[in-house]
Amino acid sequence: MVNKLIKEDTKMFLTGNEVLAYAANSAEAEFMYGYPITPQNEIMHTWCKLLPKTEAGFLQTEDEISAGFSTIGGILAGKRAFTATAGPGNVIMQDAQSMAEMMRIPFVCAVMQRGGPSTATVIYAQQETRLTCYGGNGEGFRIVYSTAGHQDLYDYMIKAFNTAWKYRFPTYVLADGYQGKMREPVMLYDPASRGITMVPTEKALLAEGEIGVDRKSAHMRNTFNMEEELMEVLDGYQADYDKMSEEVQEWEEYRAEDAEILVIAHGIVARSARTAIDELREKGIKAGLFRPITIRPLAVKPLRAAVSRAKHLLFTESANGQLAQMVLEKIYGLTTPYSTLFKMGVGVTGDDIVKKVEEIRIKEAI
Amino acid sequence: MARTKIVLAGEGGQGVQSIAKILVEAGYEAGKQVLYIPNFGVEQRGGVSIAFCQIADEKIGEPRYSKGDIVIMLSDRAIDRCSTYADKNSTIIYDTSVCTKKPTCECKEVIGIDANRIANEELSSRVFNIIILGVVLEATHVLELSDIKNAMEMALGKKFDAKPELRELNYKALEMGINMVKKAGV
Amino acid sequence: MAEILNLPPNLPKSQNAEVGASKFCPGCGHGITLKALANAVDELGIKQKTVFGCDIGCSLLSWNYMDLDTVQTHHGRTTPVIYGFTRANKDAIGIAYMGDGGGLAIGSQHLVNASVRGERMLIIVVNNTNYGMTGGQMSPTTMPGQKTETTPYGRDCSVTGKPAKGAEMVAAIADPQKSYVARSTVSNMIKLKQTFVKALKNVENGGFSFVEVLSICPLNWRTNNVDTFGRLQQMEEFFEVKEFLVPEGV
Repeated sequence: MVNKLIKEDTKMFLTGNEVLAYAANSAEAEFMYGYPITPQNEIMHTWCKLLPKTEAGFLQTEDEISAGFSTIGGILAGKRAFTATAGPGNVIMQDAQSMAEMMRIPFVCAVMQRGGPSTATVIYAQQETRLTCYGGNGEGFRIVYSTAGHQDLYDYMIKAFNTAWKYRFPTYVLADGYQGKMREPVMLYDPASRGITMVPTEKALLAEGEIGVDRKSAHMRNTFNMEEELMEVLDGYQADYDKMSEEVQEWEEYRAEDAEILVIAHGIVARSARTAIDELREKGIKAGLFRPITIRPLAVKPLRAAVSRAKHLLFTESANGQLAQMVLEKIYGLTTPYSTLFKMGVGVTGDDIVKKVEEIRIKEAI
Repeated sequence: MARTKIVLAGEGGQGVQSIAKILVEAGYEAGKQVLYIPNFGVEQRGGVSIAFCQIADEKIGEPRYSKGDIVIMLSDRAIDRCSTYADKNSTIIYDTSVCTKKPTCECKEVIGIDANRIANEELSSRVFNIIILGVVLEATHVLELSDIKNAMEMALGKKFDAKPELRELNYKALEMGINMVKKAGV
Repeated sequence: MAEILNLPPNLPKSQNAEVGASKFCPGCGHGITLKALANAVDELGIKQKTVFGCDIGCSLLSWNYMDLDTVQTHHGRTTPVIYGFTRANKDAIGIAYMGDGGGLAIGSQHLVNASVRGERMLIIVVNNTNYGMTGGQMSPTTMPGQKTETTPYGRDCSVTGKPAKGAEMVAAIADPQKSYVARSTVSNMIKLKQTFVKALKNVENGGFSFVEVLSICPLNWRTNNVDTFGRLQQMEEFFEVKEFLVPEGV
């Protein structure tokens, strides 16, 4: 057991990376495995600084491959373990993340997106959206929460552990360099005070009981002999995933009820969209926001409903349409036209969105 | 004003991020909504250092904005890099004793100050950034001097206690910055 | 006579009786190695606290071979999975079992760093001088002149460099106070078991152990029994069979 540091509601002024370390502690996380990469380093720094008080564990590994696989090792030992990464680190960690999918390991990872492809920038992007949802050689049996600021980081990091341990799919907090590095006020709390109970962890290996007496030895494999053998397992996973989807899906609508122009954005860009929508509404323009919080799985029903109501859609991302691609697949058959405002690896400001919406109104005569 | 957007830009080592931290900490302690994004590109090692700050009365939406209300430029490279963050509503403040040129981008007004020269000649080069903090305080009028002093105490209190003359030096620097803006008549 | 033939095989307790003794290709060295390992685990009485990790390649076939809690992964990542485990469970004895490809090529960074950090675990690299499961390509330990699918005219060391010597490398970078490093061979099963006993004892004492096992692959070597062991003998001359590091108390 670790010592939880946040025992009562505590308002703090922190960077997002610091928030994530506190959140993991509040979620009773026992071990972090990690490797340095900007812009997520301060998660590790804060975690390490707090170790004498929390009595949790930490290992700095030789790379993100090891960070991912040793996190799996820790989880198999029954620890609520996690890791964090970004950019090229997220790329090479896909190997371990795929294994976590295959073996239904409650893997928790914070991704602080930076520019891509490759090294690109160490600053900010939303270009790891597709990678985080669907990376690896598989089907993307993952749950991905896209956060939009520090309160989200705290809330969803705690939630990620419970989602992972409840459903046994790898679970991610997908944020970005801005959120990691920026400083804003946040309310930290003991999850129990919000009625949140942490899902108990289990040992997959060296569990209770004697081999040959109380139980058989556990044999966890990652390889199958026959194609059909694999498909049978994956069909089961897909069924579990579908069943879970409605339970875990989350989204936010902002002034979307009567919106003629519906902005679809996730993460920090959705926050800029709120600023823009307020400004547009003041000008009498009926703009609204649909923000998927779980970008995998997407909340398809509410998404289709909001899209059906609107006259025009605006997809905006700090990437070239990675979310848009996933959304478009899910709204197939609907005929609402759409425009895009994509800035690859660059922040989208409220002004950008206001300008774009005004252009759309003229062009589309809305 | 409900929200004030402040861009601080200078060379690495000029202490831009340090004063940005004090500024937003002061805002936070004063009960304002604040948001601060440090520019932390590879540039942080020997390049232009930029801090994007916001101080507001209501919850802040967009973390990154297009244009600042106040844009502080403390080097030629900062002028080149940050002209994009100014428009017709922006006040630009630049240091005439560091920059060899005047910002020419669109803006409401441009104010030249010579903080670097005065820091070197009258105080200490180390408090150059604190003069700038005074400049920001007076140019924005969203925080009180006492808020800034509180935040300075939180950031530098231990150093001040060890060397009380440092506190005086920093307070003097703050005042100088305030007066520079007053003299310019913003 | 018929009765004797019907006797169940004499398996170590730490070997999975449900699977039996024959899972690998005829003449493969893995069966010998795993039996020696199972006997060592039995001798030390550590079955209930041992976690066994196996890699991909031929070693993956051991995923249910042992009556030990087992996890199977790939590409030498068995090493971080196991040290991740033993970091989180201080009582566990961790074993990472892999081939020369997983240990010395694709997962070599894990071997290097686990050795340097002195992770509390035993890493076993079974060296059969080729990638068996993928069809017999050149591996880091392929002998000079040895024919493989990717060196069909024999390994030319002027092009490929010389064979990697795992035990020597680990011995050079591991902490001599805490590390047991040895190279053993399937030609002497008693000695092999003794080596594993020492290696595991060292892990019990909180140390790091590395054992390279010289092994045989008649299928990919395309050798008969006599030639197989002739080849193994050549390997034993090329790769020195000995203890490289033996810490006090082992």
